[in-house]
Amino acid sequence: MNPFGYSRAADARQAVTGIAAKSQTKFLGGGTNLIDLMKMGVETPAQLIDITRLPLAQVEELPGGKGVRIGALARNSDVAEHPLIQQRYPVLSQAFLAGASPQLRNMATVGGNLLQRTRCYYFYDPGFPKCNKRNPGSGCGALEGYNRIHAILGQSDQCIATNPSDMNVALAALDAVVRVQGAKGEREIPIAEFHRLPGSTPNVETNLQADELITAVDLPAMPFAIRSHYLKMRDRASYAFAIVSVAAILDLSADGTIAGARIALGGVAHKPWRAFEAEKSLIGKKADEKSFRAAAETALAGAKGYKHNSFKIELAKRSIVRALSTVAATTS
Amino acid sequence: MDEDSDALDPGNLPEIDPAGGLDDFLIFGSPETRRRFLKQVAGTSAAITLGPALMRIGSAQAAEAGPTLAGSAPAGTAPVRLKINGKDHALELDPRTTLLDALRERLHLTGSKKGCDHGQCGACTVLVNGRRINSCLSFAISHDGDEITTIEGLANGEELHPVQAAFLEHDGFQCGYCTPGQICSAVACLKEDHAKSDGEIREWMSGNLCRCGAYPNIVAAIKEARDAEGKDI
Repeated sequence: MNPFGYSRAADARQAVTGIAAKSQTKFLGGGTNLIDLMKMGVETPAQLIDITRLPLAQVEELPGGKGVRIGALARNSDVAEHPLIQQRYPVLSQAFLAGASPQLRNMATVGGNLLQRTRCYYFYDPGFPKCNKRNPGSGCGALEGYNRIHAILGQSDQCIATNPSDMNVALAALDAVVRVQGAKGEREIPIAEFHRLPGSTPNVETNLQADELITAVDLPAMPFAIRSHYLKMRDRASYAFAIVSVAAILDLSADGTIAGARIALGGVAHKPWRAFEAEKSLIGKKADEKSFRAAAETALAGAKGYKHNSFKIELAKRSIVRALSTVAATTS
Repeated sequence: MDEDSDALDPGNLPEIDPAGGLDDFLIFGSPETRRRFLKQVAGTSAAITLGPALMRIGSAQAAEAGPTLAGSAPAGTAPVRLKINGKDHALELDPRTTLLDALRERLHLTGSKKGCDHGQCGACTVLVNGRRINSCLSFAISHDGDEITTIEGLANGEELHPVQAAFLEHDGFQCGYCTPGQICSAVACLKEDHAKSDGEIREWMSGNLCRCGAYPNIVAAIKEARDAEGKDI
């Protein structure tokens, strides 16, 4: 591992000033992804600013019934088990608990999870020469290589990596808002605009600026989110990244028809993938398998598979149907 | 302070008891007979290869740096205070030193194991301020002031921790390499109240892999400890 300088920020302002002062500086949160990438030689920061002791770990209700604020340094395990999250946003609690292991969830922070890097083998191992994400312009090893875990939606000819986070998928379905602090002050980034598609710059993964600190994630009030579900398909029953995952929320009218829906997919794209068209197609429909299957076809209409991952297209459709059916069967 | 007080002198190693029992395999963090044996063997072959003078320098450097830092340029160090198994330690560490390497290479608490070194196997699991974490994916320097419990700190003197005793009773291991991590994780799993059913135990112990496949016996051991002690274990 490359040598690096280490310091600990006393407050958010000091952290932001510190990261702006020197290039190649990174914030150290739970470290579960960053330290691993430093061991692999993928990340080589010259400076680390430890932010784990900043007072940004609260989960609290926003005034005026506007929702819930999760501090960026709240540990994944604490958010998953927080009563406000379990009761009002079960899909988020389930997504957290479907991710990683109890040990890793005790370490990993919400801010860090937002910035989690892809597990594309060609990115993660510098032994592979081609990776436009790691070395812009070097090519993509996955396009012609082993691409079982790769993207089927929103990919480019430069990169077919996926975002590995479960939390991000639930946050996308919940219309979360990321709060950040930079040298110029604070700003809010809607989750849909936080992560980017690869396009011609797969090395730029988010719209967070290099000198900005994530301070919190706001969950807007969404009373119908109590009917929600996170379904994760993976190669083993626990402790594995998603091949496909679905965060599903249904707003059901008194007569059983669908008043609104939220569908986000994981494991299929460079960012958590909101299926907006599929959601719209469900409005006014009966909450049954036929409606769900039609919505699933809409959601995957633009999907493109590669040599080893074409199975994901049908798997994603069936997962959407199952997730929505599970939500429909949930008594609120 | 006393960080190196229990370090062994490679030139004056104690005899190995060939009739040593399970404790010799360091599953329970007791006498370090197996460790001594390995050090003795390593010392002998190093002496043959390098000669006595070089070996002395090599040993000192190896003891200082630890495997993660081998081959790296020397970097600055910083003071780190850790409270481990109730005892205060003051160390000077390269910021790159993981908590696992600090425990194993600096403090010679070799019960915590380095399996994958990437947070995938759980062999390095320790408790930090009562919570289980992967010590291989955490820099020691970020734990300044934290209270850490390792497998060596679970027993009460000669009396095994109930989870240790249950692992013995149910043969919750074969080779024993993953066992310190399994036991630390199981203690936390019980305290978290995540052991109410076999399925829940399997899910909440999924961060600890056992290549010998002792899983059924590990689940049985955790159930016995749960039934005997409850979550206030």
